Amino acid sequence: MTNKAADEYAMAATAFTVRGLSKIYGAGETEVHALRGIDLELLEGELVVLLGPSGSGKSTFLNILGGLDTPTSGSVYFRGQDITALDSGGLTRYRRDHVGFVFQFYNLIPSLTARENVALVTEIAADPLPPAEALDIVGLADRLDHFPAQLSGGEQQRVAVARAIAKKPEVLLCDEPTGALDSKTGIGVLEAIERVNQEFGTTAAIITHNAAIAGIADRVISFADGALASVHRNEQKISAAEVSW
Amino acid sequence: MSALNRKLLRDLWHIRGQALAIAVVIACGISTVVMSFGTLSSLEVTRDAYYEQQRFADVFAHLKRAPASLESEIARIGGVKRVDTRIVEAANLDVAGLDEPVLGQLISLPKRGAAKLNQIVLRRGRLPEPKRPGEVILSEPFAEAHGLSPGGHILATINGHKQRLNIVGIALSPEYIYAIGPGSLMPDDKRFGIVWMGRDAMEASFDLKSAFNNVTVSLMRATDEAQVIKRLDDLLAPWGGIGAYGREDQISHAFVANEIEELRGIGSIVPPIFLAVAAFLLNVVISRIIATERQQIGLMKAFGYSDLVVGGHYLKLVLLIASIGIILGCLAGAWLGRAVTELYTEFFRFPVLYFRLDFHVFAAAGLVSLAASGLGALGGIRAAVSLPPAVAMQPAAPTTYRRGLAGKLGLTKRLSQPTLMIMRHLGRWPFRAGLTALGISMSVAILVASLFFFDATEHMLDIYFHHGQRQDATVVFSEPRSLRAMAEIRRFPGVMATEPFRAVAVKLHHGPRSERASIAGLDSRTVLRRVLDTDLKPVSLPPTGLILSTKMAEMLDARTGQQIRIEVLEGRRPLVEVVVTAIVEEYIAAPAYMHRAALNDLMGEGRLISGVFLQVDNRYAAALYHTLKDTPAVAGVTLQTAALEAVRKTMAETLNIMMSFYVLFGSLIAFGVVYNSARVSLSERGRELASLRVLGFTRAEVSYILLGELAVLTLAALPIGCVFGVGLARLIVSNLNTELFRVPMVVTPVTFAMAMSAVIVAATVSGLIVRRRIDRFDLVAVLKTRE
Repeated sequence: MTNKAADEYAMAATAFTVRGLSKIYGAGETEVHALRGIDLELLEGELVVLLGPSGSGKSTFLNILGGLDTPTSGSVYFRGQDITALDSGGLTRYRRDHVGFVFQFYNLIPSLTARENVALVTEIAADPLPPAEALDIVGLADRLDHFPAQLSGGEQQRVAVARAIAKKPEVLLCDEPTGALDSKTGIGVLEAIERVNQEFGTTAAIITHNAAIAGIADRVISFADGALASVHRNEQKISAAEVSW
Repeated sequence: MSALNRKLLRDLWHIRGQALAIAVVIACGISTVVMSFGTLSSLEVTRDAYYEQQRFADVFAHLKRAPASLESEIARIGGVKRVDTRIVEAANLDVAGLDEPVLGQLISLPKRGAAKLNQIVLRRGRLPEPKRPGEVILSEPFAEAHGLSPGGHILATINGHKQRLNIVGIALSPEYIYAIGPGSLMPDDKRFGIVWMGRDAMEASFDLKSAFNNVTVSLMRATDEAQVIKRLDDLLAPWGGIGAYGREDQISHAFVANEIEELRGIGSIVPPIFLAVAAFLLNVVISRIIATERQQIGLMKAFGYSDLVVGGHYLKLVLLIASIGIILGCLAGAWLGRAVTELYTEFFRFPVLYFRLDFHVFAAAGLVSLAASGLGALGGIRAAVSLPPAVAMQPAAPTTYRRGLAGKLGLTKRLSQPTLMIMRHLGRWPFRAGLTALGISMSVAILVASLFFFDATEHMLDIYFHHGQRQDATVVFSEPRSLRAMAEIRRFPGVMATEPFRAVAVKLHHGPRSERASIAGLDSRTVLRRVLDTDLKPVSLPPTGLILSTKMAEMLDARTGQQIRIEVLEGRRPLVEVVVTAIVEEYIAAPAYMHRAALNDLMGEGRLISGVFLQVDNRYAAALYHTLKDTPAVAGVTLQTAALEAVRKTMAETLNIMMSFYVLFGSLIAFGVVYNSARVSLSERGRELASLRVLGFTRAEVSYILLGELAVLTLAALPIGCVFGVGLARLIVSNLNTELFRVPMVVTPVTFAMAMSAVIVAATVSGLIVRRRIDRFDLVAVLKTRE
């Protein structure tokens, strides 16, 4: 890291400060150390890609950042607030006010149309985008009233992205957003995420198995066996449209 | 509408089949409650209104003959509101087309205007003209039984004179809702009828000019009835009074009260059980449905919906389903209640019908159902929201299965993998499997408990008519006769055997309790009419002492060895103390027995008899009845076949109406339970089973895994359900204890078989429906989605 880059880095505000984060599932014989003392900072407006093999702990890490799960020990500060100290109600408010999620398998509500799936989230958000606008951002302006079953996989994932961004979250957490998609539709989804990151300044974290995606990140963080294997700053960031696999 | 509510409606539509099945179960539970309680309260209101409108009397008394002037003295008794005096006498009727003798109760109509009490309701025709002595009105049930109508006529032997009676009207009376002849247990409209005649004509026929032999009295509010009865008895004693009595002992009223009591006995037990079973099922099914929604719950939480909102969402879904059931149940219950009340109104021949629905019943039934579904939902929701969303959104971790004991012993090696899956699944979720089995067994139980009733009544009738009362006919004399009368009857055509009996109207006193009864004096070692012990062995009547039926003993709170005071209500009216020597179980009425000789001694009379039991050669029956009809000493003849028919008709019919509905609802509940269990299992294991299809398992093999489990649970539930059913039946039996009859605890194998078959059929049909869903699994979709 150059000095200049280090200065810039130091000057940027920190979105997340993670200290000594550990997560142990099960107990006794079946005990699994999913995370082993992670220390990390994520900056405001930064786009990070989390790489690592299955079981390396990246999903657990993302879930804890998003307030979906609680660590066994350690802390996560979001803008100075320790979210690991929040009770279930506090975590709910945290997720509702600050976090957007995109999951590998879309997790749309099958009984709601694209627009309604987005509305499900905007209805409880403080200052959301209109659902139609969010869907327009991901290029689905003409699919508003389709049910998930009537949409392709890529379209469903873009609905999920629209749903995540519609409330204008400070944080966008994506777990394998392209995992179930072919490269063309996957890139479309990445473009949507990139656009939100750039236009709204949303801090975004993307989990992927696909190293090709790493190119769009400001930083690439690799996990192995519950610990950080490397943190690599992308000197030559490419746009999602340039990605191919 | 918010997206969440839209989801709610679409989800509801998506599970409409299952939701409907749940709603039907609730509806069945509720409608039985609403129907039963609605019918009961309506019957009472209707009866009371009928009594009120027709001025049904409160106290009744019969006497030999009193001057009309006594009426004003009776009216002066404190608390008496109205007095009505009249002439009531028996007559032998001869109706065309019936060989057997028919007994008529002649009742005088006032010389002008309506009676002051016990007014008749004229259904057809008109009142008799005072100037035409042969004109009469017949009671409607009697007229209908013989197809008689105004314009027709009957022949009657009135005080020894044959007379033609012209029918001018048909009427009902609150006093004879049930018309029961002397010596009969049950109404028999063919052989006993009420005939209303002009007062003048009756005075002339019975030589009762300016006199009466029957008086009825109505009381002012808050009057001590016992006191009035005592004063009335004192007044009537010099005129041959045989004891006044209140409504409680008025035979028709007692009968109607008993019938309503029986309905209440069943109606207050079975419907709440149905509702409880429905609520239980609801609870189980709902919590399992919620459990299958775990991933969506996790997702909503991930978006920031609070536990409260997510919980509320599912609670709304559940309460919506419950509400559909409640509304269906209330509507169906109200509708059925009205229909059933109409049936009963017709049955009791109430000329009016007041249908009353108690709001409290609706409210209570609705609340129970809402609470049961709410609690069921909360259990499932709590489990789902307590998980961190990251975990909830994941499919549940593979459950740790274990090799069972059989596996460790190597017994499972011969079993196919699908069979092992069934066994392991059951073994892994014993509680859930247990609940499902329990639900199914409950449906078997309610079927057993509603079907057993038919067995029990048949058994009761069998004991009564084929073991206890084996005579073909009972002849009752108008006055006690010597044994020579029996000898004479024995010579009548077709009489094969005779047994004498003496029947005496008494009041039994024990401590503070007293009951009107008739003591039957029988000979020991009889063949036709026998007193039986609980093992159906004939009891030989001891030379002294009183034998009580269990019901009479219960009413008097008397035990073997205790002294009972007998107040005889006829003849010289002696008052004596007698020891209870035995208590016998009798299911019908509440009789008391003595040795005939002991009863004669008690009466201070010679060897008199009140009547004779006959064994009749059927070939000569017509001739015999003809002879009996022309025998002046014979007051009435009861035929056993007719009596059996009458009992079956009156006793069974009333309850059968209700029980048939219970069987119907029991079957619906059974189906709802099994269908829901199958559907929930399918949604819980759909993915797993679809994956097996992907792996190359055939539809049949996959169906076997799911339906095999259901079959195992159903089979396990059947015997348990039978045991529960017997328990419920016992509860009903203990509640069905009226003076009129008790129900023996008898459940035949046929009932068990029918209940179990109904549930097996329900299980099979549900299985087939679920099987069709397995056949339509979208395998590609399974592969594409998460997990």
